Amino acid sequence: MAIDKFQTIQSACVPLAIENVDTDQIIPARFLKATERKYFDKNLFRDWRYDNNNQPIATFPLNNAKYNGSIIVSGKNFGSGSSREHAAWAIYDYGFRVVISSFFADIFKGNALNNGLLPVQVTPEFLENLFAEIENDPKTEVEVNLAKQTIILKTTGAQESFEINSYKKECLQKGFDDIDYLLSIKNKIESYESTRI
Amino acid sequence: MGKTLFDKVWDAHVVDSIKGGPDVLYIDKHLIHEVTSPVAFLGLDNRGIKVLRPENTVATPDHNIPTMNQDKPIQDELSRMQVDKLSENTKKHGITLYGLNHQYHGVVHVIGPELGISQPGMTIVCGDSHTATHGAFGSVAFGIGTSEVEMVFASQCIMQPKPKKMRITVNGQLGKGVTAKDLILYIISKLTASGGTGYFIEYAGNTFTNLSMEGRMTVCNMSIECGARGGLIAPDKTTFDYVKGRKFTPKGEEWGKKLTEWEKLYTDKDAVFDKELAFDAADIEPMITYGTNPGMGMGVTQSIEVHNNATYKKALDYMQFKAGEQILGTPVDYVFVGSCTNGRIEDLREFTSFLKGKKKADNTTVWIVPGSKQVEKQAIEEGIDKVLAESGIIMRQPGCSACLAMNDDKVPAGKLAVATSNRNFEGRQGPGSRTILSSPLTAAAAAITGKISDPREEFKL
Repeated sequence: MAIDKFQTIQSACVPLAIENVDTDQIIPARFLKATERKYFDKNLFRDWRYDNNNQPIATFPLNNAKYNGSIIVSGKNFGSGSSREHAAWAIYDYGFRVVISSFFADIFKGNALNNGLLPVQVTPEFLENLFAEIENDPKTEVEVNLAKQTIILKTTGAQESFEINSYKKECLQKGFDDIDYLLSIKNKIESYESTRI
Repeated sequence: MGKTLFDKVWDAHVVDSIKGGPDVLYIDKHLIHEVTSPVAFLGLDNRGIKVLRPENTVATPDHNIPTMNQDKPIQDELSRMQVDKLSENTKKHGITLYGLNHQYHGVVHVIGPELGISQPGMTIVCGDSHTATHGAFGSVAFGIGTSEVEMVFASQCIMQPKPKKMRITVNGQLGKGVTAKDLILYIISKLTASGGTGYFIEYAGNTFTNLSMEGRMTVCNMSIECGARGGLIAPDKTTFDYVKGRKFTPKGEEWGKKLTEWEKLYTDKDAVFDKELAFDAADIEPMITYGTNPGMGMGVTQSIEVHNNATYKKALDYMQFKAGEQILGTPVDYVFVGSCTNGRIEDLREFTSFLKGKKKADNTTVWIVPGSKQVEKQAIEEGIDKVLAESGIIMRQPGCSACLAMNDDKVPAGKLAVATSNRNFEGRQGPGSRTILSSPLTAAAAAITGKISDPREEFKL
């Protein structure tokens, strides 16, 4: 079950300029009842996107036509809370391929990487600068180059490198997933088991 | 150099290490529930493979189920389908299921310990972030995503980078009316909702070792709320006494062997942590939260801190509170006691300890939800249900309930709830609901007075 290969992405961004965006906001628990990975994107940020009468809330960036692109930019501690992978699925299936923040919650980060969604951790200064540029011009583009592990703010040329472990990087570039790897080392697992009994 | 408790357990489970990448970690016990497992089972079908070690997996439906009339079919169609899917998948793969109405049914993190599935030195995972609960036994237990659930199904292993290690030491006696829940809410308020990210926490010091196993579970349970993947406490006599004689714990000669192994599970004197923090138990009062993450907590008599940033203001606006004000005395619409954090027998005892002869407040709806069938049974044996009934409160049936409101136990928009669960996120207990986290004792004070109250005052402690 390969994941989609990650290419270099150049895109405008959708800004969510608050901290601690938790997975209950990304996808509320009442929308986790499916038994297949379907339609989670419809309820992405449901309670911030729609009011009590299911009408879009105009001020929410996802409903604002001036913001486009396949990158979310958000404040520190993005993806905190529940381990629900539905959060990563909802973001990916909506069309996002990168989330930029100054800090990610652990479980979300792992879930994102397992689905071809790249969490890019930047410095607080870069993030602040990026928010300012997007506010100034919503068409501001960012380039994320996985091979070089760089992120470039196209308007100012500001550049940073980001970290990713070499194993996960290769998985994303080649579209491999962990289960393919684990199945390939079945002998090692069985031999470990035999030492413990 | 010596090893930490965490190192000892983790290192003993490493099957393989990938250069520049994660460890392949062997998993002893895999707990599953209805919400995060179906897509993982589908993944196995798509690969044409079966669960490798079904005997190491235990399933129970908890997130989605009603807490009344559990003998009748589930009314909500989507919930029913998800619960049915768990029955179908576990049958197909030969996995033990404790379904609705089974004597061992309950919240996954309540039944693991009470059945003796959770034991010292194990690696335990579940597609649920509160899996850290089982760290109370000196095991490495943490929440995982659905892709990782599929990994464990397929190989009994997951790929994990080894986290950094933090030790939080608390010594001293907790004050009157101050409980394990207040202790962990205090720690999270000091660390913030992200201060533990990247770490696995060991809780050390006599404040923790003086806690019962139930109290230790409450502490470890909420490790994720400061961002830590998990938390653990070295096993001791309290642990071994709790574990002994349970359904799945070793018996006879095997018990002695295990005990010898478990007694080695402590942090060596010369072991080094990446970060060390220490607090004094005497500084802790009964805690409440005032914002929209568990890090936004304070003593029940204190006033909300003043900060000037957009995230903080958004949280207070949502909660309809103002910076600088006290919450004490604010009317409470709902009280919820239950969840994997505080749904164990000791929590129900704590809630009812001062309830006798008192009525719940007219303005407050109270939901008491035992964590499992066994907790429910014991509560009935101890007469807890009767004390509740005399106060005008019905004991409901086991499940996750209003902790995340996937079932009908939803707090209506705008209403204020005092909850013994683990998260006060926006809409966590229902769209627009406002949540204050507390201990069962502080929740009892709110249930009786109908407002946020100091349990020390209310119960003359």
